Amino acid sequence: MESKDNSVSEALDNEYKYGFVTDVESDTFAKGLNEEVVRAISKKKKEPEFMLNFRLKAYEKWLTMKEPVWPNVQYPPIDFQNISYYSEPKQKKKLDSLDEVDPEILNTFEKLGIPLEEQKKLANVAVDAVFDSVSVATTHKKKLMEVGIIFCPISEALNDYPELIEEYLGTVVPVGDNFYAALNSAVFTDGSFVYIPPDTISPMEISTYFRINTEETGQFERTLIICAENSYVSYLEGCTAPQFDTNQLHAAVVELVTLDNAEIKYSTVQNWYAGDPETGKGGIYNFVTKRGKCQGEKSKISWTQVETGSAITWKYPSCILQGDGSVGEFYSVALTNGHMQADTGTKMMHIGKNTRSSIISKGISADHSSNSYRGLVRVGKSATNARNYTQCDSMLVGDQSSAHTFPYIETGNSSLQIEHEASTSKISEEQLFYFEQRGISRENAIATIINGFCKDVFKQLPMEFAVEAQKLLTLKLENSVG
Amino acid sequence: MLEIKDLHAGFEGTEILKGISLSINKGETHAIMGPNGSGKSTLAKILSGHPSYEVFSGEVIYEGKNLLDLSAEDRSLAGVFMGFQYPVEIPGVNNAEFLRMAYNARLVNEGKDELDPLDFDDILQEKMDLLGMENKYKERNCNDGFSGGEKKKNEILQMAILKPALSVLDETDSGLDIDALRVVANGVNKLNNENNALILITHYQRLLDYIKPDFVHVLSHGKIIKSGGKELAHELEAQGYDWLTTTN
Repeated sequence: MESKDNSVSEALDNEYKYGFVTDVESDTFAKGLNEEVVRAISKKKKEPEFMLNFRLKAYEKWLTMKEPVWPNVQYPPIDFQNISYYSEPKQKKKLDSLDEVDPEILNTFEKLGIPLEEQKKLANVAVDAVFDSVSVATTHKKKLMEVGIIFCPISEALNDYPELIEEYLGTVVPVGDNFYAALNSAVFTDGSFVYIPPDTISPMEISTYFRINTEETGQFERTLIICAENSYVSYLEGCTAPQFDTNQLHAAVVELVTLDNAEIKYSTVQNWYAGDPETGKGGIYNFVTKRGKCQGEKSKISWTQVETGSAITWKYPSCILQGDGSVGEFYSVALTNGHMQADTGTKMMHIGKNTRSSIISKGISADHSSNSYRGLVRVGKSATNARNYTQCDSMLVGDQSSAHTFPYIETGNSSLQIEHEASTSKISEEQLFYFEQRGISRENAIATIINGFCKDVFKQLPMEFAVEAQKLLTLKLENSVG
Repeated sequence: MLEIKDLHAGFEGTEILKGISLSINKGETHAIMGPNGSGKSTLAKILSGHPSYEVFSGEVIYEGKNLLDLSAEDRSLAGVFMGFQYPVEIPGVNNAEFLRMAYNARLVNEGKDELDPLDFDDILQEKMDLLGMENKYKERNCNDGFSGGEKKKNEILQMAILKPALSVLDETDSGLDIDALRVVANGVNKLNNENNALILITHYQRLLDYIKPDFVHVLSHGKIIKSGGKELAHELEAQGYDWLTTTN
């Protein structure tokens, strides 16, 4: 792989290039959270009764819960009353056409490399663009509808397909699952909804692009993807945020459900603002609950994540392997630099017979950052002949960073087969000199070593995403080596 | 081709080379011998531009240019090759792909198009046949898990691919058994011609039974204390370095 384009010169002035703020008028709730705010969000969204009840139940639960303290991260207490729970860019009314979208917002997505305008749309990717709390545009909707695929903002789905939402929402991540999931369930504002009908292979990649714009606004999006019998979808998620001195909270919930023989491939490239690399000031707190349920027999859920941003990441995309013969996969690259802290990994819950899971985690820590892998493989009594393969590799860049692994195994039966491999390595000055002595630039050397380290994960990503991810990692590490 | 003039250089502020002068022409093979700690490897590191080594004074002129002004990368592109004493392992990076990157870096430098893996494979296969190297050098990751001998052979393969004008082989013979030594030496001999030059850095005379030097220089305490023809190597072998260091 050669990056012969200008990514190298870009890399040399390696600032967070998505740190700009878009000047749009927005309708933002006053800071603070109480039952009235929860009701107001539901009202604003004109939601059906069941949804309001869902939110209120979650809110009640949340009041009784405490923030988790077990992750290997440190931050001052969050004042949940000092956050605004709803921010919507002002627009006259929602129309099908993009003409009504504020051109400033379209420009924002353009700058982020996500063209939404009709003539420039990414050819084979359908995009739902979420700006602060609201979905502003969804592309390729009609084309997907022709094969029966529903792809729309979840707020819209609540009105158009309430029965599907009522049937599945909260079945994978219950309202009281954890502190942040409860908070999200009470106040989530938008996100994406995908339904793939039986016997359907999605003709294109489906993606959501999240952008936090307003300062002191939390982003609580909710994604629900249902893949019916014998169907397949590949879903991509991208995220950025402007550069503020204060911390912003992002507490999303993603639920996936696969029925018999269905497969969901969920890929994330996360590049939230990570805070000032020198002082650690600002940045996103990324406290996310992602979980998939392989409900049907022989169904499969595969999580691939490339985590390169956020001041703090707390995230464990997990699989509940309920259907017999179902398969869960987790492929992760987590990069921390500056003062970033990441505690990420997965949970594989084996319930059905002959269920299999694989975990491949690659952690890269640079500068003063801390990077932890935390993984749980739980095998229930009923899960006979379950198998798990776990590989956890850490790479240290420089000598100020740290890497930790916390693998847990809980097993309720003896037929489990489990393999675990782990390694720690380092990019050394000697390696870079070796490349340079062969006429290969330092930038290419770093990119090549990192790609080599991450290739088991990158090869799981759709092509364009893999290229992006490679560039992103190289860019981020440029100033950290040597 | 290479003119070293009164070079003083070292590592972390300590002077190791204390005034080296050496002149090397195209087509010549120079052996630099000396006991441990005499500064042999420092000379190799300085010529190849290792960032941890520093030059205090003196000049190195290569093909009319001040070599010391060039980065390690540019020196390589200008035709200076170093065979490492301890080649570094690069896990996760396929050896053939590494070689192709290095080869393409040269092509790009010359304003030519890069080769794709298939076209490059033709070149690689030819060189591997020339050196009698097995397919595993294509399949495995660069030096990753290679034995000492395999690493040294891989250095020579890189030299064959990059066709440098000036090669500095730093203790290429150390850690090799006699068979591997023969493969490495035969490879170097095949690559030698009237247009390139070779500096062999070695502790032992043994390598020089296979690669015949035109000149032998003996380095001690950072200075060249004796220069001569290949017969000097035999004298050293017979009498040891003490013979020179004490008479000096």
